[in-house]
Amino acid sequence: MADLSVEAPAGGLALEETNRSTERLHKAIMIGIALSLLVAPFVLYPVFVMKVLCFALFALAFNLLLGYGGLLSFGHAAYFGMASYVSAYAAKIWGLDPALAIVAGTLVAALLGLVFGALAIRRQGIYFAMITLALSQMVFFFSLQTPQFTGGEDGIQAVPRGKLLGLIDLADDRTLYFVVAAIFMGGLLLIYRIIHSPFGQVCKAIRDNEPRAISLGYRANQYKLAVFVLSAGLAGLAGATKAIVFQLASLTDVHWSMSGEVVLMTLVGGLGTVFGPIVGALVIVSMQNYLAGLGSWVLVVQGVIFVVCVLLFREGIVGVIAKRIGKGL
Amino acid sequence: MFELLGIPPQALFGQVLLGLINGSFYAILSLGLAVIFGLLNIINFTHGAQYMMGAFVAWMCLNYLGINYWAALLLAPIIVGATGIAIERLLIKRIAHVDHLYGLLLTFGLALIIQGLFRNGYGSSGLAYQIPPELRGGQNLGFMFLPNYRAWVVVASLAVCLATWFLIEKTRLGAYLRAATENPTLTQAFGINVPLMVTLTYGFGVALAAFAGVLAAPIYSVNPNMGADLIIVVFAVVVIGGMGSILGSIITGFGLGLIEGLTKVFYPEASATVIFIIMVLVLLVKPQGLFGRAT
Repeated sequence: MADLSVEAPAGGLALEETNRSTERLHKAIMIGIALSLLVAPFVLYPVFVMKVLCFALFALAFNLLLGYGGLLSFGHAAYFGMASYVSAYAAKIWGLDPALAIVAGTLVAALLGLVFGALAIRRQGIYFAMITLALSQMVFFFSLQTPQFTGGEDGIQAVPRGKLLGLIDLADDRTLYFVVAAIFMGGLLLIYRIIHSPFGQVCKAIRDNEPRAISLGYRANQYKLAVFVLSAGLAGLAGATKAIVFQLASLTDVHWSMSGEVVLMTLVGGLGTVFGPIVGALVIVSMQNYLAGLGSWVLVVQGVIFVVCVLLFREGIVGVIAKRIGKGL
Repeated sequence: MFELLGIPPQALFGQVLLGLINGSFYAILSLGLAVIFGLLNIINFTHGAQYMMGAFVAWMCLNYLGINYWAALLLAPIIVGATGIAIERLLIKRIAHVDHLYGLLLTFGLALIIQGLFRNGYGSSGLAYQIPPELRGGQNLGFMFLPNYRAWVVVASLAVCLATWFLIEKTRLGAYLRAATENPTLTQAFGINVPLMVTLTYGFGVALAAFAGVLAAPIYSVNPNMGADLIIVVFAVVVIGGMGSILGSIITGFGLGLIEGLTKVFYPEASATVIFIIMVLVLLVKPQGLFGRAT
């Protein structure tokens, strides 16, 4: 699956220099993102930006598994949606603090990821995609059939935003915004750290050549499972946060079309790039807002973007930029 | 009337029959997926949408052109198969050289487009398609009432599945196909037009899906969403059976339909998920699938 990733060009002595300049560039981009997050709520509608951030974190989590584990999951809605239900249920029915509700959602998603991941990594490639899709459909039917937990077709509505740690009232959009921005930034930094840790390097080695990594003594399946759990947990973090922001958890969050959307975001931004999923989420969420009045045509437009991206634009937006400037992004 | 485990026989055999019908669709669709995967190495996500197109073409034939069911049974697979050939030549062919996962993404996008277009044109509520007059009514078998049309669906599906098996396993054309699946470069070196074969194979797989769609039209209403959920179940069927064997796909399809039908009788809450649960069990015990070859 080497062609799914964009790597920094390697070349003898220049390698270290390139690496260092790429690292500097990444640092600058991180600071740029942090600064624009500070300015964004004063320029744009905060709820819109929060939606973009939740989906960006979701896409980052999905991309961690695809870009660095080499595993295409077509069922990430299961973790996103299940965390969204748990967090909404905990905040509304148990009256938990929003921070604890989000943590609960994230943990349940990670646990679900542990179970589903252990099953799915028994097969590779196309089978892996089909298995994850089928498992997430099971979660969808579970959600449909347990209205006492999920609220069935209505979902869990009017979830209270509550007071963070009992102190900060989150009812105000702008206050909540900064909490969401902090969660997003934390998630982004964590993923960046994971990718560049020794653990991340081993994952890349397994992605590129599994038999060789195994022959070097790495237990490939344990690494794959670990990436899967991290990815599912972070997707859960995004879903749990989304439930608090929109005060709603519904069947849409666990439906297969949500899994498709996160694939689309990552594809548009650039599969296997560090920052691509953020750009992709921004593009797709903006497009959905813009085209909301078109009804079923949104489906057609999404399908066309899929086809065009696969045929003509496989690197995605960030992938193309990375190629232009000759640095991994 | 006798009762079996407290279940009236009419309900039991009725569900078994419905299970066999669903199993027919699982068998035909997973067979098409397996044939396409064998030669093209892609999982055709558009398969569910093409099944839906088959039902819609039959409906259009009847309502716009007055073409009856029997002609549609032949025409719809040809028409939808032709669109499949166009899709393969114009789109899928271009990504043959890249990672196979892109094929999954491409055909997923196509499925969204087709479903969206039909939803815009015909809404989501579903259109009725009458059972052809020759197959109305049914037989009283003593222990149950057997509707003629349902019996026909099972027999027709089984016949098509077995004909496909014969075509692939016992004919010269099938031998070429199996050779091309095993080693396309070498097969082409022997003077067999492999690209043409790839195109026709995709068209054939798609036509099978459309055939199932026409069979399904009088039983389920003709609906733009009818293929979307079905294809996910068929994916699970493919994981359970493995894609290595034609007969394996047929047996797995019918068997799982039957199990699903029985689940509806004895424990209805699990009927939507039973196939996924079996998939989990198979992954635990025999990850390569019941009829799959170890990789």
